Amino acid sequence: MLQKKDNKKNFIALIVVALFLALVLVLDQVIKPTDKMSMLLTVLQKGSVYALAAVSMNLLNGFTGLFSLGHAGFMLVGAYTYAIFTIPAESRDTVYQYYDAAIRVSFPEVLRSGLGSFGTVLGVVLAVVLAGLVAAVFAWLIGLPVLKLKSDYLAIATLGFAEIIRAVFQWGKLGPVTNGSNLLKSFERISTFKLTVGETTIKMSTFVPVLIATVCIALIVLLVNSTYGRSFKAIRDDEIAAEAMGINLAKHKMISFVTSSFFAGVAGATMAMVLGIAQASNFKSAMTYEILLMVVLGGIGSITGSVIGSVLFVAASEWWLRGLDSGVFLGINAPGIFRNGFRLVVFSVIIMVVVLFFRKGIMGDKELPDLLKPRAKKASKKASKKEVTK
Amino acid sequence: MDLLQSTLPYLISGISVGGQYALIAIGYTMVYGILRLINFAHGDVFMVAGLVMVYLSAAMPLYIAIPLMILLTVALGFTIERVAYKPLRNAPRMSVMISAIGVSYLIQNLALYITGGLNKNYPAIPWISDKVTIFGMETTRVTVITPFLTVILVAALVLLINHTKIGMAMRAVSRDFETAQLMGIKINSVISATFIIGTFLAAIGSMLYFTNYPGVVPTSGGMPGLKAFVAAVFGGIGSIPGAVIGAFIIGICESIIKGLDTILVVNGVITEQVGFSTFSDAFTFALLIIVLVFKPTGLFGEKTTDKV
Repeated sequence: MLQKKDNKKNFIALIVVALFLALVLVLDQVIKPTDKMSMLLTVLQKGSVYALAAVSMNLLNGFTGLFSLGHAGFMLVGAYTYAIFTIPAESRDTVYQYYDAAIRVSFPEVLRSGLGSFGTVLGVVLAVVLAGLVAAVFAWLIGLPVLKLKSDYLAIATLGFAEIIRAVFQWGKLGPVTNGSNLLKSFERISTFKLTVGETTIKMSTFVPVLIATVCIALIVLLVNSTYGRSFKAIRDDEIAAEAMGINLAKHKMISFVTSSFFAGVAGATMAMVLGIAQASNFKSAMTYEILLMVVLGGIGSITGSVIGSVLFVAASEWWLRGLDSGVFLGINAPGIFRNGFRLVVFSVIIMVVVLFFRKGIMGDKELPDLLKPRAKKASKKASKKEVTK
Repeated sequence: MDLLQSTLPYLISGISVGGQYALIAIGYTMVYGILRLINFAHGDVFMVAGLVMVYLSAAMPLYIAIPLMILLTVALGFTIERVAYKPLRNAPRMSVMISAIGVSYLIQNLALYITGGLNKNYPAIPWISDKVTIFGMETTRVTVITPFLTVILVAALVLLINHTKIGMAMRAVSRDFETAQLMGIKINSVISATFIIGTFLAAIGSMLYFTNYPGVVPTSGGMPGLKAFVAAVFGGIGSIPGAVIGAFIIGICESIIKGLDTILVVNGVITEQVGFSTFSDAFTFALLIIVLVFKPTGLFGEKTTDKV
C-alpha cells in the first residue's frame, strides 16, 4: 500500500521536473539576450549553480550535522578541473601565457572529432563528472584528519583547508597546471552550448546548468531518503546514540563529506561554465558564507528550502534589488542613497532579520510535498500508531 | 652570521605582527571562553576600527580622534553582542555562529557601501610611524613598541581577571555558565564586559596594524581575524597567555615564511626563488590543523570531557 503511494508520488515528481526542464528549454529558445526578460535566464543559470552548492552544503550541515565551512575550496577544485580539461588546443597558449601547459587534453574537442556536436556535450559532461571526482578525492584526503573534530573546531579546520587549497592553486610552481595566479578562460562555456539537429539549432545555454543541478539535486534527495540518509540524520540528532545503535560514525561522516564535496565540485564546474572564467581568488571564504546564508534562508535541513533560498538570493541580488545600486528603486529616485553596494547592505539586513527572528528559515526542515498535504499531521500520527501496534 | 643577518628583519617584523595578532586573539579567546562562540565578526570590528580612524582623523586632530575611535569601536562591539548574540542565548550553538557570520557579512557590505570599495589611506600617526634604526636596520617605531605595548596590556588584563570582582565573575562564567547565573552573577553584564575588553584591545591592535599597511579595505579584517583566531586555538582557547604566545609564534613563522625565499637564496641553500611566500597564509591553517589533530586543547587549554 505504502509502496504504491510512494510510486505514485515519485511519478508525479518526475513529471513536474520534466515539465520544468521542458519549460527552461523553451525559455532558452524564446528569450533573446537583448530582452528585458533575459535577467530570468541569468537568474536560472546562476540560481542552479548556487542551488546545487547550497543543497550539497545542506547535506553536510543540515542532514549530517557536520558544520563545515570548506565549500568554496571544493568548488574551486571543481571549477579548475573543469576549466583545465575543456580548454581547446588553439587557445591553450594564450591562456597559459607564462607557462607551458602540462595538461594538453580537451575532452569536448577529442570527442567532437568523432561524434560531432553530441561529442561536445559528452565531453562537457565527462569534464563535469571528473571535476566532482577530483573534489571528492581532495575531500577524502582532508576528511581523514578533520572529521574527528567537533562542531566549531571542524568549522574552522575546514575553513583553513579551503584557504590552503586556494593558496596551493595560486602557487607559481603549479603554473603549468593551474596557470598560477592568472585566470583560466576560453574553455567551453554555456553561451556556446548548442545542439544541431539537421537544419535547426537548439540553444542550451540555460538548459545545461539547470539540467546538471536538477540531476545532482535529485541524486542528493535519493541519498537523503536512503538508509545512508537516515543514518546521517541519526548522527545529526545524537552522535552517541547513533553510535550505540550500530552506526559507524567515521564511515558515515566520511561518506557524507565526500558526497557533499563531489557535488560542490560539480557546482564549481557549473559555475565556471556559467561565468566563463575560473580564478582562485574568487573562491574566498566569503563565498562559503554566502552559500551558508542561502541554506539558512531556506531552512537548515530542507532541500526544497535550500533551492528556494538560493534562487531567491540570486534573483534578489541579480535582478529585483538591482535598482538599489543604480539610483532608482520602486520609482524613488535617490542616487545619493541608492548607489553602489546599497543592495548588499539591504540584503544583509534581511538575512540578519531571518537569522535572528525566523531561525527556521523559509521552510524549516519541511520539504515541498509536506506542505501540499494539509492533513499530513494526522496521517503521520496514524502511521506511528500503526507502527507501535505492530 | 649571514643567516642571522638575513633573518633578523623578518624576525623583528614577525614579533611586531605577532603582537598585533595577540591583541585581536584575546578578543576571540575571551568570548570563546565564556560563550563558546567563534565570534566571526571580531575581525571585521577590527577593520571598522581602522576605517573609523581614517574618517575621524580627516575631521579632527589626532588627540581627539584616537580616543573617539576606541570609544566608537567599543560601542560597536557592545551593540553587536546585544543585538545579534543576546537574543540567541538559549539557541543551539550553530545558530549563534551563523548569526556571527551574518554580522560579519553585514559589516563588510556596509563598509563596502560607505567606502565604495576603495582603499582608504591610513593616517600617519606622528611618533609611532617615525623611522628608527635598530641592529643596523631601519624600521618604523611601531614595529619596536608593539611587542612591549602588547605585553603591558596583557599583564594589565591578567591582573584585571585575577584580582578584580568582574574578573572573578568572568572566570566563574567561563567555568560554568549556569551555575554562575544561579550564584547571582549578572551574566549579561559579564558578557558585555568581555566584548568591551575584546574590542578595546582590537581597536588598539588596529592602530598598530594599519600603521604598517598602506590602507584599509572592507576585507582587510578577514585574514588577520582568522589568524588571530588560529593563534587563540593554538594557545588553547580560553587561555589568555596561550593566545598571546600562539599569536607571537604565528606572527614570527608567517613573517619568516614570507622571507624564506630570500633567506635561503642569500645563504646559498637554493639558487632560485621557489615562491614560499604564497604559503604564508596557508601555513597558519596547516599549523591549526596539526594542533587540532594532535593536541585539540592547544598548548595551555583545559581538557573537557563530554557527558552523555
